[in-house]
Amino acid sequence: MTLAELKTGQKAVVSGFKEYSPLTQRIMQLGVLEDTVLEVLRRAPAGDPIEIRLLGYALSLRQSEASLIELRDIR
Amino acid sequence: MNIAASGDRPQAQKHGHGPTPVIAVIGNPNIGKSTLFNQLTGLRQKIANFPGVTVEKHVGTVTLTSGDANIVDLPGTYSLSANSPDEMIVADVLYGQVEDTEIPDMVLVVVDASTLRRNLFLVSQVIEAGLPTVVALNMVDVAEANGINIDVERLGAELGVRVIPVNAARGQGIDAVKGAMVDALQQPHLSSLNVLPDVRKASAELARELRDAGNHVEDYEVERALVDAGGYAEQRLQRACTTDIIPQLEAVRERLSPDRPLGASEAHRRYAWINALADEVETSAVKTGVSLTERLDAVVSHPLAGSVLFVLVMAIVFQSVFAWATPLMDSIDAVAGALSDRLNASLPEGALTSLLVDGVIAGVGSVVIFLPQILILFAFIIVLEDSGYMARAAFMMDRVMRACGLSGTSFVPMLSSFACAVPGIMATRIIPNRRDRIATILAAPFMTCSARLPVYALLISAFVPQQTYLAGIINLQGMVLFGLYLLGIVGGVTTAWLFKRTALRGPTPSFLMELPPYRLPNLKSLLIRLWERARIFLVRAGTVIFSVAVIIWALVYFPHPQSIQDEFDMKREIAALKYDGEVLAQRLNDLDNQQAAAYLEQSYLGRIGKTIEPIFRPLGWDWKVSSAVVASFPAREVVIAVMGTIYAVGGEVDEESAGLRKRITAATWPDGSKVFTLPMVIGLLVFYAFCLQCVATVAAIGRETDSWRWPVIAWVYMTALGYAGAFLVVQLGSAG
Ligand SMILES: Nc1nc2c(ncn2[C@@H]2O[C@H](COP(=O)(O)OP(=O)(O)OP(=O)(O)O)[C@@H](O)[C@H]2O)c(=O)[nH]1
Repeated sequence: MTLAELKTGQKAVVSGFKEYSPLTQRIMQLGVLEDTVLEVLRRAPAGDPIEIRLLGYALSLRQSEASLIELRDIR
Repeated sequence: MNIAASGDRPQAQKHGHGPTPVIAVIGNPNIGKSTLFNQLTGLRQKIANFPGVTVEKHVGTVTLTSGDANIVDLPGTYSLSANSPDEMIVADVLYGQVEDTEIPDMVLVVVDASTLRRNLFLVSQVIEAGLPTVVALNMVDVAEANGINIDVERLGAELGVRVIPVNAARGQGIDAVKGAMVDALQQPHLSSLNVLPDVRKASAELARELRDAGNHVEDYEVERALVDAGGYAEQRLQRACTTDIIPQLEAVRERLSPDRPLGASEAHRRYAWINALADEVETSAVKTGVSLTERLDAVVSHPLAGSVLFVLVMAIVFQSVFAWATPLMDSIDAVAGALSDRLNASLPEGALTSLLVDGVIAGVGSVVIFLPQILILFAFIIVLEDSGYMARAAFMMDRVMRACGLSGTSFVPMLSSFACAVPGIMATRIIPNRRDRIATILAAPFMTCSARLPVYALLISAFVPQQTYLAGIINLQGMVLFGLYLLGIVGGVTTAWLFKRTALRGPTPSFLMELPPYRLPNLKSLLIRLWERARIFLVRAGTVIFSVAVIIWALVYFPHPQSIQDEFDMKREIAALKYDGEVLAQRLNDLDNQQAAAYLEQSYLGRIGKTIEPIFRPLGWDWKVSSAVVASFPAREVVIAVMGTIYAVGGEVDEESAGLRKRITAATWPDGSKVFTLPMVIGLLVFYAFCLQCVATVAAIGRETDSWRWPVIAWVYMTALGYAGAFLVVQLGSAG
């Protein structure tokens, strides 16, 4: 399952990335890495982009970006 | 091969150059870096551009006990990785590779104590750049409120640099930062921190190899190129080298990190180091209750409530931009008017007086008049941005803006342009992606600004019948005005879409954006920034507009033949003999106006109008309309004043003047047919909707894109579009 499918309010742990690119490298530099715990806080009106919380801060990313992030341990 | 270059690579200048030391300030976005910078420099700062990129360069002076130091504020960033020249500037400044910026003697890294881990990523990269470094641990109050406790001594010891706790908003810890700066400048000390020694070593080796092969490259450029596969550093390194270096880079990457890309490996290793460090120096109490940000966001970012609030906020902003600005604009107008009257009364009639009154005062006045709108809008933008609301607005609007190839961050600049494109274009600097920023800048001037309104009002009231439908709810004139607004929006959106698909095509920029916690903006910082904006606007746009205004004035004034004066003096004498009282006054007034019109026809502008009339003939314009349009290229609303003169109404002419309305309705071609036919008027409206008739906007585009190419493109494109639109309307109108 990817971050794009995670429901609002759910938490999960990052398990990997769908691809490697400058974009995913940037996502990693923001702390979204294997074993990082994150939570979907909310979605914008059209369901996209989404807002997540990790490492004590809030980050917004688009569905297309979220779909690159694979998850495990969904809670 | 360039053998001379090998061995003696352009060594960055050594420290201790020049009498005034240079300090670079760096940090993540939204962590109070500007606030700290403003605390350090006060008003002793200015804004320029880094050469060759669209990045603003804030430089200031800070007074230390050791003397003054120059301080350069770098754009906020999360890492030294770069996908564009704009992003590369941060690393380039640190390594002394930017033309007009000396290599810093020390670096001040500003850190948000409440999100320490994410901040430490950049901190470690910066420390490794090998310059004396001081860390300002900002937002300590926020960290404390969140129950986070940081062992500052320990953090400093682990990083090998001084760490100073700061609350920039309250000005706490500023003196301690200054003290640490003095120490770092007087006894430079380098941290031995090296999170990725193998990468460092491999980069140095590869850089040496490349230099031995005759290429001009720096160690850090090779390191960045290695780590950021497919990034800007790699492209730039390739351009700097004579051979294909990608295979070499790939081989080194493969050796350093066989099982995953080196960039991913860098991120993982740095965060592993960060987590180990933070676990030692940071303790956080379990938080109870819901934070203010979460409570606010439950409303602000709620799909429905948030949207309603958003519309409300924008309505208030634009309402204020118009409502609050109007009295100020009126008083500026009144002052300019009073000044003109004084000069007119006290100086002898002649070219000099006319230059002062019609050229200088009218020209400068036409710039200054925008200042209230700009300042009010900017005050709102700064408050919305610093409070954290702007990020939410971009979050909400992203989907909509994506339809025209932009992102949520383009929304506010576009909306601002309805007041005036100049602040709108200045507001595009909140857009991180260069291509998006330029596309937004090109779209902004299409939005119906307040200067178009008088032109629309005049033409619509004169030519669109006053009809109402549906029991008076729908008014034809209002519908036309609405249609023109719509036309502007469609024009702008299509333009952005078109350019994003062609000249500005590129990978979709990411929308990775931090949603910072809500914060109270800092008043001192707000005032300093407003002051900076005001100064830039007045100086930059003012010089350009001013010169153009003088040029137009000269075109309108000269050659000013004496024969016309003589002719009308004679007519006045005759009138004085024939009439008296009211009638005479009226007659003399008419003569004054006719004289002004006669001068205008004789003037260079009049001649230009006649010369270019054939070009505009297909649009149904005679020489008078053509001259007025040409004269209004510096500022579109000037067209009304010029038409006033050309059609010789005289005195104060504005969109309310029934006189001008009547005269233009009556204007005819030599053959007696009407000039202002309905298709011609609608064509003229379309022309004004599209055309870029505003020097201030052209200057702003030039400044914000740091090139002369984009303003030229924008001007040609919009003028061509205006012409084509008007042509189409007129041809269709006269065919049907
Ligand atoms: N509570 C608190 N707020 C602060 C502190 N420092 C800055 N702020 C506030 O944080 C907000 C952002 O500050 P800026 O100085 O604009 O942040 P920046 O890092 O320059 O942000 P960008 O210019 O967007 O990169 C403002 O509202 C400041 O008033 C601090 O130490 N404590």
